[in-house]
Amino acid sequence: MSAFPWRPSRPLRFGFRNFIDRWLFKLKGPEAGPVLLTQRRVFILPTRQGLLFGALLILLLTGSINYNLSLGYVLTFLLAAMGIISMLHAFRNLAGLLVRSGKTDPVFAGEHASFAVCVDNNRTLPRYAIAVTRNKQDPVFCDVAQSATATAEVNVTAQRRGWLRPGRFTLYTRFPLGLFRAWSYVELDSRCLVYPRPDPSKLPPPKHQSQTGSSFEAGQGNDDFTGLRPHQSSDSPRHIAWKAAARDYGLLTKQFIGQADAELWLDWNDLPAGLDDESRLSRLCRWVLDAESAGISYGLRLPGKELSLAYGEQHRHNCLEALALFRQEDG
Amino acid sequence: MDNKPLSFRNIVWLLLALALVAAPHAERLPPWVSIFAGVLGLWRLYIAQRRLPLLSKWLLFSMLGAGIAGIYLSYGVILGRDSGVALLVLLTGLKLMETNSQRDAVMVLFLGYFLIITNFLYSQTIITGLYMLLVVLVLTAAWIGCNRPSHDYPDKLKLHLAGTLFIQSVPLMVVLFLLFPRVQGPLWGLPQDAYSGTTGLSDSMSPGSLSQLTQSDAVAFRVKFNDPAPNASTLYWRGPVLWRFNGRTWYGRTYAVSEPPELQALDKPLRYTVTLEPHNRDWLFALDMPGTFPPQAGITPDFQIISNAPVRSRMRYEVASYLKYQTGINENPVALRRALQLPRNSNPRATELAQSWRRSAGDDSAIINRALNLFRKENFYYTMQPPLLGEHPVDEFLFDTKRGFCEHYASSFTFLMRSAGIPARIVTGYQGGDFNAIDDYFIVRQADAHAWVEVWLKQRGWVRIDPTAAVSPLRVEAGIAAAVPATDPLPLLVRHDYPWLREARFIWDAMANNWNQWVLGYTPQRQAQFMTRLGMSEATWQNMAIALLLASGFIMLGLAGMILWRLRTAPRDPVQLAYHKFCGKLAKDGLARHPAEGPQDYSLRLAQAKPLKAETIRSISELYIALRYGTLADKLAVKRLRQLVSGFET
Repeated sequence: MSAFPWRPSRPLRFGFRNFIDRWLFKLKGPEAGPVLLTQRRVFILPTRQGLLFGALLILLLTGSINYNLSLGYVLTFLLAAMGIISMLHAFRNLAGLLVRSGKTDPVFAGEHASFAVCVDNNRTLPRYAIAVTRNKQDPVFCDVAQSATATAEVNVTAQRRGWLRPGRFTLYTRFPLGLFRAWSYVELDSRCLVYPRPDPSKLPPPKHQSQTGSSFEAGQGNDDFTGLRPHQSSDSPRHIAWKAAARDYGLLTKQFIGQADAELWLDWNDLPAGLDDESRLSRLCRWVLDAESAGISYGLRLPGKELSLAYGEQHRHNCLEALALFRQEDG
Repeated sequence: MDNKPLSFRNIVWLLLALALVAAPHAERLPPWVSIFAGVLGLWRLYIAQRRLPLLSKWLLFSMLGAGIAGIYLSYGVILGRDSGVALLVLLTGLKLMETNSQRDAVMVLFLGYFLIITNFLYSQTIITGLYMLLVVLVLTAAWIGCNRPSHDYPDKLKLHLAGTLFIQSVPLMVVLFLLFPRVQGPLWGLPQDAYSGTTGLSDSMSPGSLSQLTQSDAVAFRVKFNDPAPNASTLYWRGPVLWRFNGRTWYGRTYAVSEPPELQALDKPLRYTVTLEPHNRDWLFALDMPGTFPPQAGITPDFQIISNAPVRSRMRYEVASYLKYQTGINENPVALRRALQLPRNSNPRATELAQSWRRSAGDDSAIINRALNLFRKENFYYTMQPPLLGEHPVDEFLFDTKRGFCEHYASSFTFLMRSAGIPARIVTGYQGGDFNAIDDYFIVRQADAHAWVEVWLKQRGWVRIDPTAAVSPLRVEAGIAAAVPATDPLPLLVRHDYPWLREARFIWDAMANNWNQWVLGYTPQRQAQFMTRLGMSEATWQNMAIALLLASGFIMLGLAGMILWRLRTAPRDPVQLAYHKFCGKLAKDGLARHPAEGPQDYSLRLAQAKPLKAETIRSISELYIALRYGTLADKLAVKRLRQLVSGFET
């Protein structure tokens, strides 16, 4: 915590920090369900601007004394009172909010996972400039009207496949004057599924595995166009409907019906023996995506797990999930 | 912290607030500074509106250098009072040019608050105070807006929040003002020009110096009599006594403070309290003749009351005077010789006239009468616009122009007396005053400035003679407005032409007087008095600090209760309540709404789970969505929603 002026050696700092977290901030790991920011959970300290304002007040007071300015005293004391009262307002701006996690869509490793943090305000008081941040990243600001909900999308870089937990969110506000920062820590029971990073190389799946002998390219060439669906980051750029994009429909992906009888088994064991686990998963991930966009029925064989031949959004998700959670303890 | 650039609207607020802050300074600053600052502000506005890049540091620094050089050329100093304010205005303008983030904006706003206080160096009237409140409100609203620099909160919201903060601050501010232990300034030396620009009498007098002063309706001092107030014509407020004459100008301060001179009272003492406006000189004013003097002052042998330090803030003091008195019968011969001093070869015609009187009359009082008769009978005029006088001003006035103001009469009368061998000295000060019936006190303005003469007679000592009264008795009896021709340029508020205006002026002045006494005059002494009156046994700073902590603690507790009370209010939105009830009913049936589930998805899931109730579920959900997220705001619709929810059974 950079708020501490000294920098003790690492283990001590770690231990002290832990102690502070448990004793002062009462953090006990992720909390399920909505978290109410009770008055006990909201902390408040002056900001650097607050200290600067204090210096300004001392300057004003000295000037008032030196030049015998009665109105100077009035101004100084008025500003001092406003500053102190703004502390109560900052505190009130944060206290009593309900924080819960919103929907979080799976992403591929290397992408940004977007955690939705929903802030419910079931009091009659509108809240302004509530910042949601994590690990001192750039905060996301939101206003919450009375009896309303605001959602802050906090981006977290997904480094590795598996379940990604965002850890502790900081909710803070400096409203109205920025002299005080009221904050609260919330560790939500939210997680985001991170698929393996798709192998960037365009290796075709082993031909002899394909029962019909078709490859993705062959399948695509003969396919009939059936329609459009919203673009996903995993879709091949070759399938983007650029004409539609040019007409401001947003990015859409063209879908094709492949040969109905085209089938493909994607097997862990078919990959070259020298390849490590993560590279295997990465390449299987690429094949799942390619097979899906090519419209082929595909199945997935992993050590200890098999997903039978199928096709479609749900199947794709199941396959990718299996890849993401392969040999992961955290279920 | 939000580091995004400031939105156009936030910049407009910032500029508006700073314009309000700088406006009162504009009349005192050299025009080029005001124009420079104004141009900078408009330039910043243009940049914001066109989304142009900000100026380079290089350009800003060169402008700053040019500004400092310009200030040095205009004022001759950099860090004086006036030049310091000019510098601050320029700095604020230049800082504005590089302001693009919240941090910069807050710096500019803090500079703005500081500029407000510099304005009090020049003026602390009620109007200035009210204006300050307005400026603080706008500055604070701009400040609130800058919390999210790229986001525009509604103007009304900003002002409302600023106003709320402001009103909630008042009790604490009052307590701090009353109880914060006061220290008598100054803490260190002040700039040379810190108190320049105050008007008032000087300790010399030449033709034209007093008539210039009477152009001002500024208040010199206010007087409250403890005893019944005497007639205005007897009110001679004694200031500097002038002894030395160089043929044109009279100079003062011959004596230092010493033992009080002997004074024989022929009347009861008249006690009163004077509230003197700061005039940056050390003399105090009292009625002829002061019998006492305040503790922080002393008295000279010629009855000038001299304060220990120049009067730089409003000063209250109590004096007692005797309107009938006798003094100086045994005057020191050195003083009498001094009272006869005249420069050689000046004003020969007047010298000749006085000597001829001495030869023919012999008696001192006869000579005095002849001099007064000269003024009465020889077509002398009392005017504020006398002609300019040359090398021998007394001669020219007495024999040629015959038009003059009180300084002309006092000066030539004293000259005649001294030429005739009668010791005489000039007394300057004020004569008369306006009685304010609203609060029962006298207002003496600069326009009441006056000069008269004291001559020394063997049997009677020093005797006051007012030669102006010989020419214009009205001046002394009814004030200057009655005495001068209507065409003379008197200040509007001194004239008698508009009775209602004078009445309004009296009410206003009564308010200003209370303001002066209670707000501006709240000095360490006054604070101690007030504390004792409130029942504090001893007004030490420790006691006051304890009282301050207690009082502000109570106020903060009260405010915290009031401010946090709103957090306790339960949701009152009937739409929300009804929907919560609906969800609650279903939750009991094992169909609780997931935290991230929207009402639409929830409704679909419910309809699948309970096909028989699908119709009702759909109506409730649609109604809820329309009332909550749509534009529907209809009491009947809310009522319908509540009915549907009440009648809904799983």
